[in-house]
Amino acid sequence: MPSDFPISLIIIAAVTLVSAAFAMSLRNLVHCGLCLAVTFAGLAAAYLHLSAEFVGFAQILVYVGAVAILIVFTILLTRNAEVHISPVSRSWIVGLVVALIVCASLVVPLLQSPSLQRGPAMTTKPNAEVLEIGKKLMTQYVIPLEAIALVLTAALLGAVVIAMRDEPDKKLNRPIEPRRHGDAELETDAPRLRASAVETQP
Amino acid sequence: MTPLHYYLIFAGLLFSIGLAGALTRRNAILVLIGIELMLNAANLNFIAFWRYSANANELTGLMFVIFSVGIAAAEAAVGLAIIIAIYRHYRTTQLQDVDKLKG
Repeated sequence: MPSDFPISLIIIAAVTLVSAAFAMSLRNLVHCGLCLAVTFAGLAAAYLHLSAEFVGFAQILVYVGAVAILIVFTILLTRNAEVHISPVSRSWIVGLVVALIVCASLVVPLLQSPSLQRGPAMTTKPNAEVLEIGKKLMTQYVIPLEAIALVLTAALLGAVVIAMRDEPDKKLNRPIEPRRHGDAELETDAPRLRASAVETQP
Repeated sequence: MTPLHYYLIFAGLLFSIGLAGALTRRNAILVLIGIELMLNAANLNFIAFWRYSANANELTGLMFVIFSVGIAAAEAAVGLAIIIAIYRHYRTTQLQDVDKLKG
């Protein structure tokens, strides 16, 4: 084993990739969400390995702390009755073949190009302190910073507006029956629901 | 230090896993998770190229990743809100059941 064999990176990458594969293949959605949190934590470790401390901790804060929890909450909010159909779509083999082709076309050139198989150009650690990042954000990158503030505000408002309750549900004043796979179309339910709503009126 | 292509292969494999999930799974939430994985693989590439560049003190790739993380957070929030709205309407998050433009 050569002395510069990147054993720490191999461990980080193995944990991240295995948990990512589990997050994409498990049947239980909650397990998928928790594996996703492990994947994000592994990516944060890779960022720390690349001496990008601020981005690593921002990754933990934003992804492990917010996005993974948001996804788990959504999974719990949208928990429907046990799904007995297959969790993958009918054309899953096509998707898998496409992903394998993309994987090969990304990895094979990387293994063959000698210009990428080199160490860092700067042997010293780059100056990526939070102070330096803050100075850059407030001078050179101030317009993107303001733009992303606007984007986040718009996304916050948009998410609240989209996730608010539909108007027709409120008028119907009763929950719509769960639609299972293979049931009749939704329209066929509607007249029956309307008729029962009329019957209950005095 | 570690050669650059280890990180790039790592990012490529992560991207492929995310792509495979987004293309094959039926649940809308899992498709969104696949998209998040692909975004993170791109971020890892940015950080790796930044660290290995000759001009790393400019922090260009780092800044790009900071903004990319912000956009990804906004995308996840809006995407999950859309999934919740679809669930309210159709009582399912299976993508093959959501087949109407006007429901």
